Amino acid sequence: MLVSQQQKLQEEIRGLVVRHGRSRAALMPILQELQQKYASVSDFAMQVVADELGIHPAEVYGVVSFYAFLHYEPKGRFQIRLCQTISCDLASKSRVARQLENELGIAFGETTPDGRFSLEWASCLGMCDQGPALLVNECVYTKVTPDQVHAVIDDCRQVFGAHAAQAVHA
Amino acid sequence: MNPLNSKKTPLTFDTIEPGTGLKAAMTKSRADIIGEIAASNLRGRGGAGFPTGTKWNLAAAARIAPGASKFIVCNADEGEPGTFKDRVLLADYADLVFEGMTIAARAVGAAKGILYLRGEYVYMRPHLMGVLHRRRQAGLLGPGICGTAGFDFDIEIRMGAGAYVCGEETALIESLEGHRGEPRNRPPFPVDTGFLGQPTVVNNVETLASVTAILAKGAAWFKAIGTDRSAGFKLFSISGDCAEPGVYEFPLGLTVRELLDKVGGTGAKAVQIGGASGTCVPASEFDRRIAFEDVATGGSIIVFGQGRDMLHVAKNFMEFFVEESCGQCTPCRAGNAKLLGGIQMLERGGCSTAYLQELLALSETMQLASKCGLGQSGPNAFVSIVKHFQDELLGRTAAAHVT
Repeated sequence: MLVSQQQKLQEEIRGLVVRHGRSRAALMPILQELQQKYASVSDFAMQVVADELGIHPAEVYGVVSFYAFLHYEPKGRFQIRLCQTISCDLASKSRVARQLENELGIAFGETTPDGRFSLEWASCLGMCDQGPALLVNECVYTKVTPDQVHAVIDDCRQVFGAHAAQAVHA
Repeated sequence: MNPLNSKKTPLTFDTIEPGTGLKAAMTKSRADIIGEIAASNLRGRGGAGFPTGTKWNLAAAARIAPGASKFIVCNADEGEPGTFKDRVLLADYADLVFEGMTIAARAVGAAKGILYLRGEYVYMRPHLMGVLHRRRQAGLLGPGICGTAGFDFDIEIRMGAGAYVCGEETALIESLEGHRGEPRNRPPFPVDTGFLGQPTVVNNVETLASVTAILAKGAAWFKAIGTDRSAGFKLFSISGDCAEPGVYEFPLGLTVRELLDKVGGTGAKAVQIGGASGTCVPASEFDRRIAFEDVATGGSIIVFGQGRDMLHVAKNFMEFFVEESCGQCTPCRAGNAKLLGGIQMLERGGCSTAYLQELLALSETMQLASKCGLGQSGPNAFVSIVKHFQDELLGRTAAAHVT
């Protein structure tokens, strides 16, 4: 990471600390905002958060590594989570899983080389009456069939393209 | 209709006008509000069934230092496999939930409320923020609620991050405090030493909505529904092999068979009641009652049709617990992994009856020695499936059981 990028991130984390408060109870909301923006919480970010809150970086790492929705390793811009729990399992989630792997060319737990997609299992998403269910970042898809998987991924690609275009015009 | 609201029966909550419960509460003394809840025999709707009135009484009696605050936490970390009733309540009945929190605050003297929303429901957050904003505008949250000087209470939303164990109330509090979601030893209980060391009431989403209904319509009305020991109506989340999955409201005490007939699951092979941590009820026991005195549940009902492989079901549940164990205590961390190994052995057809008995003995150890409910209930599904479907599990040959 460039020094200028580090400084920018440091400033950003300081801003988050001002907004959420310099207390241990603010740790989760701070980490969640970083996770949402960068798709992971880097070693450097964990160190800065620890310094700002006055706790040991191992404490921050302990929290990041505990929760399924927080990551210290880089993840894709779109995190696709397929519910693996019983009701979605009964509704043939394994076929949807296979097709996701086919379309993306990666296995569960992996990220595409272009950094766009990560594929993960999720425990019960609470969509048991409408399975199989997928969570793509903050968007939920229900009653997903193998032949719809391509369209779900295409949705993401278009959003990604739109973001890229915005960045160019900005 | 809101696609998140997958109700299949009319709900009593449809008939409760937001505001009526709180208005009724404001005419009562604190002790009378708690008395009303206690008289209704309302028990926690998350699954454990602790009497809500008793919990509130303890929190109301707890002392705090000058300047400190008691807390009301709404547990919306609905993670039990097969449960989605809270999703429906938060999507379409959030006013009743927030009103229940406000009534709880009035009753125990709390100034701050927190809705702990599971990370998987993040898409509901903007809607819930909107409801909170509207309630503040209407004078139902914030300083001087309902024009009552000194009654100050507000609610903030905090997000979970994908950890089933945080549905356990002390793990939830750890998470709120910025720690790993590892359950605490109890006692002290949260009503005494909770969030930031202060007295904290942690109630389930449905419990709080029920509180609003009870204040609006009276304890006697609520108590007249259900059975002696399981008062009231309850939401059920129905999924699996049935014609009409979704959320249903039934009085507590109906039999499994009656429930199956209503959801289009007649002729099922077995029903999992209470999710992964619940128990598997075979067809021969479909006359058992769904109530705290027989089969208790937070509302998760998963129907298994004829032809389902029960070992596959047990394996899915055990994989869930291996994934979701927080790893803090050994019976749960090591026990669930050991049971999963045993299930894989059964799958290969390589498990002796003696080893199966050892797995059951290990299950008992886990039930007795685990620190929290997750580890204590981890083996439940496995044990009940072994008990009722042992002939299906032993002596498998390759490809004999495929679903």
